[in-house]
Amino acid sequence: MDALLLAEQGLNGLQLGVMLFLMAAGLTLVFGIMDLINLAHGTFYMVGAYLTAALVPVLGSFPLALAAAVLLTALLGLAVEAVALRTLYRRDHLDQVLATFGLILFFNELVKIVFGPVPIFLNPPAALAGTVDLFGLKYPAFRLAILAVGIAVAVFLWLLIARTRVGMLIRAGATNREMVMALGVDVRLLFGLVFALGCGLAGLAGAMAGPVLAVQVGMGEQILILTFVVIVIGGIGSIRGALAGALLVGMVDTLGRALLPAAFRLVMDAANASAAGAALASMAIYVLMAVVLAIKPKGLFPAH
Amino acid sequence: MTRNLLTLASALALLATPVAADTLKIGMITTLSGPGAGLGIDIRDGFALAVEHAGGKLGGQDTQVIEADDQQKPDVAVGLANRMVERDRVQVVTGVVWSNLALAMLPTLAGGQTFFISPNAGPSQLAGAQCNPYFFNAAYQNDQIHEAVGKHVQDQGFKKVYLMAPNYPAGKDGLAGFKRYYKGDVAGEVYTQVGQLDYAAELAQLKAAAPDAVYVFYPGGMGINFIKQYEQAGLKGAVPLFGPGFSFDQDILAAVGESALGVKNSAQWSPDLDNAANRKFVADFKAKFGRIPSMYAAQGYDTALLIDTAVKAVGGDLKDKDKLRGALASAKLQSLRGEVAFNTNHYPIHNIYLREVVKAADGAVTNRTVATVFTNHADAYVKDCPMK
Repeated sequence: MDALLLAEQGLNGLQLGVMLFLMAAGLTLVFGIMDLINLAHGTFYMVGAYLTAALVPVLGSFPLALAAAVLLTALLGLAVEAVALRTLYRRDHLDQVLATFGLILFFNELVKIVFGPVPIFLNPPAALAGTVDLFGLKYPAFRLAILAVGIAVAVFLWLLIARTRVGMLIRAGATNREMVMALGVDVRLLFGLVFALGCGLAGLAGAMAGPVLAVQVGMGEQILILTFVVIVIGGIGSIRGALAGALLVGMVDTLGRALLPAAFRLVMDAANASAAGAALASMAIYVLMAVVLAIKPKGLFPAH
Repeated sequence: MTRNLLTLASALALLATPVAADTLKIGMITTLSGPGAGLGIDIRDGFALAVEHAGGKLGGQDTQVIEADDQQKPDVAVGLANRMVERDRVQVVTGVVWSNLALAMLPTLAGGQTFFISPNAGPSQLAGAQCNPYFFNAAYQNDQIHEAVGKHVQDQGFKKVYLMAPNYPAGKDGLAGFKRYYKGDVAGEVYTQVGQLDYAAELAQLKAAAPDAVYVFYPGGMGINFIKQYEQAGLKGAVPLFGPGFSFDQDILAAVGESALGVKNSAQWSPDLDNAANRKFVADFKAKFGRIPSMYAAQGYDTALLIDTAVKAVGGDLKDKDKLRGALASAKLQSLRGEVAFNTNHYPIHNIYLREVVKAADGAVTNRTVATVFTNHADAYVKDCPMK
């Protein structure tokens, strides 16, 4: 494997990591600050992708459709929080898992009724459909756009959380919720905002993933498992942890798929090597999670 | 005496009526939720359309279809199979999309003496050594579809082909089938995780291997992910892409649009096959469900036709399993793809066509038949099947 290919695989890993970060940031905020296990986080990812796909033909522009979809997803999150989740904060985690699982079923069926059971069409905008030449490496332009959006979101979240008053309350809420309530902060409003922010981020992830992946019912659950792995590795409630965990998972998964079959081919025949490599590559991130948890049981950057 | 005869006659009539009035109960265990749902829903809808065309009476019997969602999970599918046998007491189970689920469900269904007619999954195991008196396949043996592209790619003179498939029984069958007729070099043979989303790593390896053609087997959502990413990586047009119909069928084409234009793929059916039954099916399916039928929808329809043909042949007698089995096995099925016969392993002997993804006059992206690759093609495993 030459250096150029290795660089490309590194870029692929980074890009997958950034995509996972967009999902994980919202999930870890909601989990860490509101102490709410939200299995329906993937649902907002799906809604973001479907809204973008539906709005592109109407608005005629991908960035406009994306912005509208993110906003609408955040508003939907606000509504869901007020209607369904607000009563669950004092209940135990099992009740939350049940209720948010119910939300998954509800929204999956709703999307199926509105958009039909067959996956729908969403391609990158024409300007980003091709490849870009990076020092002799032809890389898909839209994947670079995902990378840029992910980095922008990371910077935005860092500014929001480290430099603003809301961010201070979010940090305080993640560290000691009771104390924040005792100080007279309107926790209800804070929770609503955090949940809407999380949903908006999930919607953004869905909108950016839509042109690369199948826009279909159930797409949220496929990525949700990976997202949970990310936030468990990173430390629940920590944005920094989510970023580190996402990049780690993206790198390990991509490089595992790229390198393991080739590594096995050195010691066994091609058919067995590709089967063994594929099997081990699909386990790699779970092995990573087990190792991280064995060394740091609360994740890499625990918030509590 | 006359009176006695009358009594006897009416008693016989009483005994006979329940047989004639037997309701045909069919268990439709298929994937109705999750990422694979598009396939299961098409099978269900195609099957329902055939029942409707038969006036609600397959084989002249009142027909009741009991739906259940297997969620693409083998354990759920086995539980449902058990329920269909024990509680619902169906005579036939159909609907299965995935080979691994079919393999898991068969022991339960065969043990319960319930016919299992697959509208899609056609694993090599059940065609060969593990063939079963209670298992039938109305669609194809997995390898057959792949063999057709293998032959086409070989005939076109490609010498260095890169192969990719998901890591599960049908994936391995698929690439084995392709290689049975393709004799050139294999530039790489890659198995990916079932349900994989991101193929960037594999596409980078593929590009580095510089093959002169690529053959992929990715059904459902995996196919959409792959085709989109293949084009975005700049490979479309640079390296010709081939696949079985599963990777380029209507469920996928609707989502990828022009990204798949020009790709040659193979199937036992195509929406443009020119016969009266097929024209009616395509038109009625579009009218009823508002979309172009996929090959899965056609297979659901053909499965219902097979049940219809066999139940008619036994005159509605659903009790005698041996007779019904004989009728299924000897059926000369007038299907949407012409006449189909069944081999000793209960798999079809039929034509396989080469299709091309084109843009129709109305702007819809769909498949068009280009050539007939195999005529009356039997599968490769029938010789290992002990049933004669």
